[in-house]
Amino acid sequence: MTPMLIDLSAPAGITLALLPEIVLTGWALILLLVIGWRHGDPDHHRWAGGFTLVGLLVALGTVLWLWRAGATPDGLPLMIALDGFRWATAAIFLIGGIAAVLLAQGYLGRERILVPEFYALVLFAMVGMLLMGGAADLIVVFLGLELMSLSVYVLAGIKRRSPQSAEAALKYFLLGAFASGFLLYGIALLYGATGTTNLQAIALQLADSEIVGRPMLALGAGMLLVGFGFKVSAVPFHMWAPDVYDGAPTPVTAYMAAAVKAAGFAALVRVALTALGDATAAWQTTVWWLAVLTMVVGNLVALAQRRLKRMLAYSSIAHAGYLLVAVAAATTQGGSAFLFYAFAYTLMTVGAFAVLAAVGRDGESDLLIDDFNGLAERRPWLSFALAVFMLSLLGFPGTAGFIGKWLILAAAVDAGQATLAVMVVGASVLSAGYYLPVIMAMYMKPSERAEVAEGARLARGGRLVVAAAAVVLLLFGVWPNRALDVARDSGRQLAVPGVIIGLPR
Amino acid sequence: MLLGPALGVSALLFAIGVGGVLLRRNAIVIFMCVELMLNAVNLTFVALAQQIGPQGQVIVFFVMAVAAAEAAVGLAIILAVYRHKESVNLQDVNLLRG
Repeated sequence: MTPMLIDLSAPAGITLALLPEIVLTGWALILLLVIGWRHGDPDHHRWAGGFTLVGLLVALGTVLWLWRAGATPDGLPLMIALDGFRWATAAIFLIGGIAAVLLAQGYLGRERILVPEFYALVLFAMVGMLLMGGAADLIVVFLGLELMSLSVYVLAGIKRRSPQSAEAALKYFLLGAFASGFLLYGIALLYGATGTTNLQAIALQLADSEIVGRPMLALGAGMLLVGFGFKVSAVPFHMWAPDVYDGAPTPVTAYMAAAVKAAGFAALVRVALTALGDATAAWQTTVWWLAVLTMVVGNLVALAQRRLKRMLAYSSIAHAGYLLVAVAAATTQGGSAFLFYAFAYTLMTVGAFAVLAAVGRDGESDLLIDDFNGLAERRPWLSFALAVFMLSLLGFPGTAGFIGKWLILAAAVDAGQATLAVMVVGASVLSAGYYLPVIMAMYMKPSERAEVAEGARLARGGRLVVAAAAVVLLLFGVWPNRALDVARDSGRQLAVPGVIIGLPR
Repeated sequence: MLLGPALGVSALLFAIGVGGVLLRRNAIVIFMCVELMLNAVNLTFVALAQQIGPQGQVIVFFVMAVAAAEAAVGLAIILAVYRHKESVNLQDVNLLRG
């Protein structure tokens, strides 16, 4: 297959290279224009949801088309990369976004959050994520991150009647903006140390060992890690995450825990492996400690939670720890492991929050794990799906979560980080202490509150999300070969510039 | 020309911003400190651009645009909290606890 050469100096080439982003931006602008007049009644709201869904699907189509056509830059990519990593992360974010929109359609109506701007913000945040996954320049990373964050700050506070939602938005905004400051300072210092903000040009500069030794570089890398640490909720920068995940409406929480976190990691992986791949001394030890702390603290605090939404928030912090292990490996194998795990993690997180949204009411903050007692008798399919998500989050063999964790372990061991691999296994054992009780409650305990099971309702979109996520997780748990090949191939392209891109046969 | 002092001043401004975020409890003041951090970084970029090339100066314009958007969103969120609490002091914003 001949790769499609794209000349990034010509307007037509740029348009083609940015096609998914352009589609989404145009879609969001049209949506904003229409809902300026039509926002009053539930019909308009339903229309906005459907329109957004189509936009996300079209964007996913363009991503897959460019991926399959093997779009390759003609020369050095200056601002936006055209490689398998970009397409793979874009597909993961878009799948997360589609799931969140499907979930939101029923949820927003039920909770009477009738603001069609919700969907425009989801689209804008998606553009930011795609730019983060595809950035070839630190400034594009920053702009993508800000576009995503600003939209998600508003999404967290979209339920304006609720003081919890407003509080979540405020906490997220203040700490997010604080983190952006660190990230930007890190970019400035890297720019000062290397004279460029282009990721590949930085990598070329770092071939010179004199530059690698500069304190400005180490300081810049440290500042970047603080910024990214906040965004991906790594311990000790995680204080905002449980409160924000708890206070935001559940579809937004699913979007934040899955796509937003994956986008933060995608940018981190790209910066760490492509730009700073030769300067691992500047960041590897720090990431190592971040990974260990995040796994230990995330899992231990999750053990103490009685409310499911907060437990899932801490579980998502713990999973940030596993993903950091993939980064700490500092190899392209780690990049591949990250891609597969991020895909599985997106599905299981969105699925778990979808079930939570179905069973709970009014923000779902106060739903205890005990409320799930005996759910399996009344709602066998819903319980089965939640059991699959919990087992996959735990990393149980036969689910995609297991394959993902195994890939991360392999990457860590091959990179000589055996201690880290042991920590991952230990942390996973610990996590059984809070994932399994949910399953036990559903299947082994007598029902106490029948009205919880009776009231559990999922709209059509939510049902689709839960079913599709459970099926794909089980499918990739027993038959992961093709997804593994794609992940390996895409991860490999992080380090080697100008490699020929295409889906493996 | 003056690179060292300029970087020193911007580092100092950044540190003042960080200190303000960590020590103050008023949401508006914290937000102002965040803006101070961003502008300290702008100073770094401008100072470095003198040596390296004009790219740093271009970045500053992007950062200013982002800071303006952040101000719009941030003040709206602070206003939303004020409607519920009649206060923007973070000590009064404490519904979400684990």
